[in-house]
Amino acid sequence: MKVLIPSALYSYTGGASVEASGDTLAAVLADLDRLYPGIRFRMIDEQERMRPHIRFFVNGEQIRDLSQPLRPSDELIIVQALSGG
Amino acid sequence: MASYKRKPAPAAHTLVMVATRKGAWLFHSDAARKTWRADGPHFLGQIINHLVLDPRDGKTLLAAAKTGHLGPTIFRSTNLGRTWKEAARPPAFSPARNGEAGRAVDHTFWLTPAHASEPNVWYAGTSPQGLFRSEDGGVTWAPFSSINDDAQYREWMGSVQDGTPDGPKMHSIIVDPRDPAHLYFAMSGGGVHETLDGGKTFTPLLKGLEVVEGFDPATATFHDPHCVRLCPSNPNRLYQQNHCGIYRLDRPSDEWVRIGKKMPKRVGDIGFPMVVHPRDADTAWVFPMDGTMVWPRTSPDGKPAIYATRNGGKTWLRLDAGLPESQAWWTVKRQAMTADARDPVGLYFGTTSGELWVSRNEGEKWACIAQHLPEIYAVEATELA
Repeated sequence: MKVLIPSALYSYTGGASVEASGDTLAAVLADLDRLYPGIRFRMIDEQERMRPHIRFFVNGEQIRDLSQPLRPSDELIIVQALSGG
Repeated sequence: MASYKRKPAPAAHTLVMVATRKGAWLFHSDAARKTWRADGPHFLGQIINHLVLDPRDGKTLLAAAKTGHLGPTIFRSTNLGRTWKEAARPPAFSPARNGEAGRAVDHTFWLTPAHASEPNVWYAGTSPQGLFRSEDGGVTWAPFSSINDDAQYREWMGSVQDGTPDGPKMHSIIVDPRDPAHLYFAMSGGGVHETLDGGKTFTPLLKGLEVVEGFDPATATFHDPHCVRLCPSNPNRLYQQNHCGIYRLDRPSDEWVRIGKKMPKRVGDIGFPMVVHPRDADTAWVFPMDGTMVWPRTSPDGKPAIYATRNGGKTWLRLDAGLPESQAWWTVKRQAMTADARDPVGLYFGTTSGELWVSRNEGEKWACIAQHLPEIYAVEATELA
């Protein structure tokens, strides 16, 4: 599926839009980490929690559960939320 | 006692590593330390808490990084910062046990190369407080010892509310140059601790240290060591800048002696950094700050100065030549002041207002070599061939 990457993570992907696969958010993030090693830990902590300033949107809807099912036609947008100056 | 006198480092050039709230810089000197070349920014926009060179190979740099949005990581360079590569497995706590709230590393705060006999081994201290070790030059990290999950240590570490404003810090990880199994570390808050058996067991080292009035000094939770240093020329001697004064410890005694009482009363003995001389265990430097009332944490009266002792803390000498004479309200964070090993020793500090100051003569005279950097979190110095 198409994954839109926030600018803070371009150093991993080299750009704003990449393709990754998986039938849940967790699986897509695992695939992203396979393609771009280290990227997952910058978004998900060691207790499997989303980091405070990272948000995930699927087809415009925010999702908060890593087990959320996803379809190949979905579009995942990863957003860097406000984090101060 | 064995002698650990070190010869002055040969005059080549000095590298000063500056970690800031928004990136890192490397400053290279000429042989005389008179002119400086800035290399940076590295990691512009990333929060760099510590940038350290491996003294065992003279070329590997580790940088503790995070950004406002992203989780923490470690970057490595094996060519003095020309290229960087991210650690494959940065420091991370173990998964939560059943029924417990697991902890997540917010940032790595402190990096220490291990003993000279253990190449590629490093230690890291984090916020929330945790101790980690790498055995492959910083590529992969794992929790070190049992203290990260030890019930007693977890109690002493406290919660986020018990720590400094941006999180409790594990810092001042010190390796005894005589024994790789003898380590110290400090927790802010949580006190100073040591292990004699390579991390199998740890013991608090709190005797003689004061705490804020009304609290029990026997409880490690209430201790707030700001910076602890071991003297390379006499590893039995440690100095400490604490929330409640300046101290010295001469092993095998386990009782700290408050040596800051001899500081001028109008200045006091509160501050964050502590620096020791590479060849003279009677010489140390501090940077006092205003610790009165609401703790402004600025230079006292807006007049910054380093104070030096040349006799183990019996007396202190103000060293402010070249520093602003008034209206300078910055201060120096706990890991933002350091020394090189040249003769005379060079001293370096970075300010919360982004200035980098240098003395080529052990603090007698100061010069500002960089302004307008982001808030400086850490400064390290070393000699390069």
